Amino acid sequence: MNNLLGKQTWSFNKGVYILSRATASGPKEGSGPIGSLFDKVYDELHCGQNSWELAERALLSDSINLCLEKVNKNYNDIDLLLAGDLINQIVSANYAARQINIPFLGIFGACSTSMEGLAIASALVESSYANYAIAATCSHNSTAERQFRYPTEYGGQKPETATTTVTGGGAVLVSKEQTKIKVTHATIGKVQDLGITDPFDMGSAMAPAAADTIRQHFIDTNRKPEDYDLIVTGDLSAVGKPICEKLLLEDGFDVSNVYNDCGLIIYKQGDSEVFAGGSGCACSALVTYSHLLNELESGNYKRILVVATGALLNPTMIQQKESIPCIAHAVAFEYESERKRMK
Amino acid sequence: MTNSIKHNYKDKVKDFHPNPHIFKNCIKAFVVGGLICAFGQVLTNFYLANFNFTEETVGNPTVATLILISAILTGLGYYDIIGQFAGAGSAVPVTGFANSMASAALEYKSEGIVLGIATNMFKLAGSVIVFGVVSAYVVGIIRYIFNMFM
Repeated sequence: MNNLLGKQTWSFNKGVYILSRATASGPKEGSGPIGSLFDKVYDELHCGQNSWELAERALLSDSINLCLEKVNKNYNDIDLLLAGDLINQIVSANYAARQINIPFLGIFGACSTSMEGLAIASALVESSYANYAIAATCSHNSTAERQFRYPTEYGGQKPETATTTVTGGGAVLVSKEQTKIKVTHATIGKVQDLGITDPFDMGSAMAPAAADTIRQHFIDTNRKPEDYDLIVTGDLSAVGKPICEKLLLEDGFDVSNVYNDCGLIIYKQGDSEVFAGGSGCACSALVTYSHLLNELESGNYKRILVVATGALLNPTMIQQKESIPCIAHAVAFEYESERKRMK
Repeated sequence: MTNSIKHNYKDKVKDFHPNPHIFKNCIKAFVVGGLICAFGQVLTNFYLANFNFTEETVGNPTVATLILISAILTGLGYYDIIGQFAGAGSAVPVTGFANSMASAALEYKSEGIVLGIATNMFKLAGSVIVFGVVSAYVVGIIRYIFNMFM
């Protein structure tokens, strides 16, 4: 059976499962609505480290180590680590990998890295290039602020369309060992750019990429929005979510009943400190690998689609008057009941 | 499909953006900016009354005090909160300039004193200094030429 459905969707026919998953977060996320579900919560932004970069790296390492601890595995049992983050040269992933003795592929997809990594890991496990693969990602509010915007203590006024980079790290372990969480499909997105240039309005910039990937997923798999209990985008926020919904409606897909955004789940609704919502690699990772997969594992959801959205933003290119290219990758998860697993 | 929001996307997405509270923000900026200036006046009067300063020299200790307070508030993590509330009100006075330097200095502390703090301190404030010097030079020349013929 062909693994490629339509143009852009990978189908994992042999059975790829999430064996383990773990999350580590900063204080703000930890006190949010799903904060109690994270495996580790730091009570201050430095996470006990001397710099923001070290703090981000610690979050990534924690999530990978916890992910392995949960299933009593060690580094030697893992065939491949796929990781990426937002900082230049994906240093958090590279330096975390320095400590972790697992063959490593660094990936960059901005905030879409979570599902990009999981899609590749699933494909490699499906095709037996790896028996156990970890996909991990992280982001930190302060490293993102200093790299993409202004110093953290700078008193510039942000518009309400701005998003708040989530501080956290998330890791998943993928294998063919049967569990209740099955990875069934991945749809790889195309870069979309409709000309948004404002780094304080990434929701608007990313919405077309998300809509395009979701639409393509429906076409390739011959599914409809009703086939899913939940479709979530990574970090479109209060601004990008309705735009994505509208774009899909124009293409004839009404997702309004099943659609949500991780950036709106992670923080308390109406918290003016977070502006339009959460963003960053860790946003979709924290929400998916804790809350959403918990719900799927307990059977409350039967099938969900996670669409991680990435603004491939570079401050130098923005200063050269370029707009923001964006991408989105989708991964479909299914609940595998005991009975099905016996077969 | 010209009705699609993809057509003329940049304009059409504005419908989805929350309305910027321009009037409210102006009032906030006016009040906070005014309070900072009023506080500056209090300092001026204080230095004039208690120290040996004249109207011409009192500006220096006043500005220095405002800069010190702004830098301390930045270090304690309050100035960005004030900035988010007041916008231009806290950005335009000298306190905003001090904040831009102090915040950059703090941010780059992790890269060391020379290559971190010293190199990056003027990252945000540098452009203000460049344009300040250039415009002062241009205005000075205009005034010089004007005086030659008058």
